[in-house]
Amino acid sequence: MNAIEIHDLNVWFGSGPDRANAVRDVSFDVADGESFGLVGESGSGKSTILRTIAGLVPTWSGQMTVAGEQLGRRRSKAFYSKVQMVFQDPYASLHPRQTVDRVLSEAMHLHNVPDIDTRIVSLLDDVGLGSGFRFRYPHQLSGGQRQRVAIARALACDPSILLLDEPTSALDVSVQAEILNLLVDLRREHKLTYIMVSHDLGVVGHLCERIGVMKDGRFVEVLAVEEMRRLEAKSPYTRHLLESSINSIH
Amino acid sequence: MSTSQGLRDWLLSEEPTSRRQARFAAWYKGWLTLRSNTLAMLGLFVLAFLVLAAIFAPLLASHDPFAQELGQRLLAPGEDGHLFGTDSLGRDIYSRLLYGARISIYIVLLVVMVAPVVGLIVGTVAGYAGGWVDVLLMRVTDIFLAFPRLILALAFVAALGAGIENAVLAISLTAWPPYARIARAETLTIRNTDFIHGIKLQGAGPVRIVTRHIWPLCISSLVIRVTLDMAGIILTAAGLGFLGLGAQPPSPEWGAMISEGRKYILDYWWVATIPGIAIFAISLAFNLLGDGLRDVLDPKEDNA
Repeated sequence: MNAIEIHDLNVWFGSGPDRANAVRDVSFDVADGESFGLVGESGSGKSTILRTIAGLVPTWSGQMTVAGEQLGRRRSKAFYSKVQMVFQDPYASLHPRQTVDRVLSEAMHLHNVPDIDTRIVSLLDDVGLGSGFRFRYPHQLSGGQRQRVAIARALACDPSILLLDEPTSALDVSVQAEILNLLVDLRREHKLTYIMVSHDLGVVGHLCERIGVMKDGRFVEVLAVEEMRRLEAKSPYTRHLLESSINSIH
Repeated sequence: MSTSQGLRDWLLSEEPTSRRQARFAAWYKGWLTLRSNTLAMLGLFVLAFLVLAAIFAPLLASHDPFAQELGQRLLAPGEDGHLFGTDSLGRDIYSRLLYGARISIYIVLLVVMVAPVVGLIVGTVAGYAGGWVDVLLMRVTDIFLAFPRLILALAFVAALGAGIENAVLAISLTAWPPYARIARAETLTIRNTDFIHGIKLQGAGPVRIVTRHIWPLCISSLVIRVTLDMAGIILTAAGLGFLGLGAQPPSPEWGAMISEGRKYILDYWWVATIPGIAIFAISLAFNLLGDGLRDVLDPKEDNA
């Protein structure tokens, strides 16, 4: 069964002469438990797809079915208990005046999770933060710790699908690896489905089984991660991306 | 001694173990921040002093604030047991000042409870909702802003009738538009941040987002603005009193006392000066305290 089915998705911003088409005729499926990567340069529309699925962009057409639910203009409460998102910038994704405890307990309260107190402690444990961080404010945490809190918030309602919008790109390299490993572990433990956006092929290769390569709002190609590792890309653009990421290592 | 030390450690613990401890700790740290700000503490002391003076006015007053004694009129400060002298009707200025503090604090509290709250609601709703709600609410705000404040207040008082409550209501109705503007501007910068998106994705409705997530971020700039406006509020109240539309004689309202003393200001300076000093003190105290409160309300700076 497919966790996510996207068919002919178009997303635009503005109207009339100012209309900018951010995503054009994109279709893809993500199987249950699969991890799907979206790669491309900035402005290629990959984050826009995630935001549209999450309901943060109202101007779209096409068909989206997520966790068996056909999506319309508004997202139901049930949708948000199945689908959650982790944002790129951990410095902007946590309310500056709210403690970790407040962030997590409000998320659980909204999803009617019972027994919030014990859940918070186990959730912080899950994301590798001790309960000592429970009453900290975001400004008392490092970038990596903030991203762990943001992941904990996304997991608060026990969703089945996580939308990851470049969750590591704002962090420095050693912390990136920690967060990626955390995401790998969480996926195994909670049987999560991921869609992950990144411009870093290495990050996507570490976490995903299949990759959609995007350019100017369109899919250039979809390939399995093994194909990518063997450098068996068909489209010249993908090959160009692969080459430049290999060159950056040397 | 050891219990107070224990309490301190409990409050300042790096890793609070319960929500209650974390909340008390946040308050205590806020208090420490405020206490380290000498000027803010000065403001707090002056205000506390004024509030106490207002509460205990009947005990502290040396004379009846309304008792006229024409034989004792315009006595200089210190003369004949009148600490601050007497006014043109022979009333003791010190006693009137104490009772006047009640009125001033009453005015300030009423205005503070109405104007910023109205402004906050209008501004955040307009900013968050956007679209025609925004246009409608902000045009209403513009209309209120376009009127000269005192004239609009005068119109309200004329319609509602003279008296201190109506004066306060009129001041509040004319004072909220700037707060709405500030709150809207803040909301516009906040509404598209990821932390608002994040809570939206948790299924929070607009009411919860505005009241729980946007209001706390608008309040610190509003508090500053309110404390800066405090002097203006007291003076507007005094101005209405002066025009005969605010506090009615013989009420010892400070602004009314100044306007009565105006006639004698060259020969009997204390009649207008002493209530003037009182207004100055309360305004300055509010400004200093507001400055300190901003630091407390902004936890980002508390461990610098």
